[in-house]
Amino acid sequence: MTTEQRKPFLLDFEKPLAELEAQIQQVREKSAEMGVDLSEQIHQLEARAAQLRQEIFSKLTASQKLQLARHPRRPSTLDYIQAISDEWMELHGDRRGTDDSAIVGGVARLEGQPVVMIGHQKGRDTKDNVVRNFGMASPGGYRKAIRLMDHADRFGMPILTFIDTPAAWAGLEAEQYGQGEAIAYNLREMFRLQVPIICTVIGEGGSGGALGIGVGDRLLMFEHAVYSVAPPEACAAILWRDAQKSPYAAEALKITAPDLQSLGIIDQILPEPLGGAHASPLKATEILKAALIQNLQELNQCSAQKRREMRYQKFRHIGIFTEVSA
Amino acid sequence: MSLFDWFANRPKSGSPPSVSQAQEREIADGLWTKCEACGVMTYTKDLRANQMVCPECNHHVRVYSDERIRQLIDPGTWIPMDEHLIACDPLQFKDRKPYSDRLLEYRKKTGLRDAIETGRGQLDSLPLGLGVMDFRFMGGSMGSVVGEKITRLIEFATRDRLPVVLVCASGGARMQEGMLSLMQMAKTSAALERHRQERLLYIPVLTHPTTGGVTASFAMLGDIILAEPKATIGFAGRRVVEQTLHEKLPENFQTAEYLLGQGFLDAIVPRTQLKPTLVRLIRLHQPVEQPLPLIAPTLNLSGLAVDS
Repeated sequence: MTTEQRKPFLLDFEKPLAELEAQIQQVREKSAEMGVDLSEQIHQLEARAAQLRQEIFSKLTASQKLQLARHPRRPSTLDYIQAISDEWMELHGDRRGTDDSAIVGGVARLEGQPVVMIGHQKGRDTKDNVVRNFGMASPGGYRKAIRLMDHADRFGMPILTFIDTPAAWAGLEAEQYGQGEAIAYNLREMFRLQVPIICTVIGEGGSGGALGIGVGDRLLMFEHAVYSVAPPEACAAILWRDAQKSPYAAEALKITAPDLQSLGIIDQILPEPLGGAHASPLKATEILKAALIQNLQELNQCSAQKRREMRYQKFRHIGIFTEVSA
Repeated sequence: MSLFDWFANRPKSGSPPSVSQAQEREIADGLWTKCEACGVMTYTKDLRANQMVCPECNHHVRVYSDERIRQLIDPGTWIPMDEHLIACDPLQFKDRKPYSDRLLEYRKKTGLRDAIETGRGQLDSLPLGLGVMDFRFMGGSMGSVVGEKITRLIEFATRDRLPVVLVCASGGARMQEGMLSLMQMAKTSAALERHRQERLLYIPVLTHPTTGGVTASFAMLGDIILAEPKATIGFAGRRVVEQTLHEKLPENFQTAEYLLGQGFLDAIVPRTQLKPTLVRLIRLHQPVEQPLPLIAPTLNLSGLAVDS
């Protein structure tokens, strides 16, 4: 991928790196032009670039991770599903009158095992995003998801969900058709299901819209993914009364994978290739696939009853408070 | 009104409360109370006797947890649960003010420890588990304490085979506890799933306002869902929806009446009828210990043209 192609999607914090890479390119061109051997210099610059990349990506702030999680080139649910499954057939509709394209789902085979995969689907470009509603699901999306999960449960197929949404859709029709009820119903029913459920936050986990397909035996999260109780922008507008304070909100809300692991909310962090999942989608896919298979093997060892009990206990213990005497 | 709206509309700290609000409060503490809807003055004792419903225009004045428990539970039967749970600022959250300071302030101002009171008691001698959210405490928002108290209440009711009633009033998840708050939605729903598996009755009563993460969890999971007249009930805040659509919304949007029309509620029950309604519903769902032999009434079919 050349620098020119990447340019429109360059994030602020990647700029020093991009400048260095441009410099390397210049030296290369000069070397070729003048027929001088500058390989020593190029080598040094490349080492410096590698070091800089390492530095930048090892200490990203919460708001920088938020930018990465929303990166337009970041692999989406369908990218991952198509890459990790042996075969895949998308299924449609909630059987209640709608087929929301902000949530996709279907039957697939993962290393020979039939599974049901479901996830939020963001668009790849503006046109696609209009169709996908930027990955913001309507009640019909959550109802399609639970319909497919029930299907999985009936046929003993494990459920793999992929979370990548800014939030549940906040539109007139979403309210009219019971956005709250649709999400609530899924939360309760996902505790009823007998089959293993693994949820992975692949990009952006946005509040109830994410949780609506996010109750499982295991909750995995990519290294630069985020998961938040409310969009940091909205939180800043309310609590700081200033949407510009969103980086502060992102920091304060503890939305990164390491933060959520230490709060006991997620179970495992999936490392991303240097530069983020979009820098090397194939590598990210391999990491995801290996983690899913490993977790699935572990969960398959337990009885359905044991799994359900563990799922209950896992969520039962989330929350931090003090018990005082008197 | 969502939590978002509530925070936005809250009077700025430092600036004095508006005259009308100050007056309202003064009058409320006094002998007479002026109805905020119709303006008619009512003798406070009478208003209280009418469960804080304006006798003139039927406006439901907001009531808080202590008053609500008094209205519903038979005198002398209320046993509070988990009063010793308090929030502890797990994220060390600070916006314009540290969360820990806010908590202290609200505890002092309201005399409550958090945004819900739970316990067991009797409703016309019927035992039940009751939770009443309190909008005074940070907009009734749900953090770890609210989630834990609701979960413990439901677990207790499941063990003791009791029906559960939750009176909801909340702006949603408490942002100051981040993802811990969001996960309380799942936790409470999990407890309700077990309660449900035991075929026990759960009735949420949605009061003004019930929005956000509370709507998207236990508020909408009732076997039967009741609401107070004109209560605002929704997922996204009205202003958020307006901003999303850039258009005005219908007048009754996100009211209890609107939700009833959409099929998301079973009934809108005036506050004065709430206790008898709950009693009736709980009685109807109690297992009949010794079913009476059903005797078909003897019909007089003479005069009907029946082929036999």
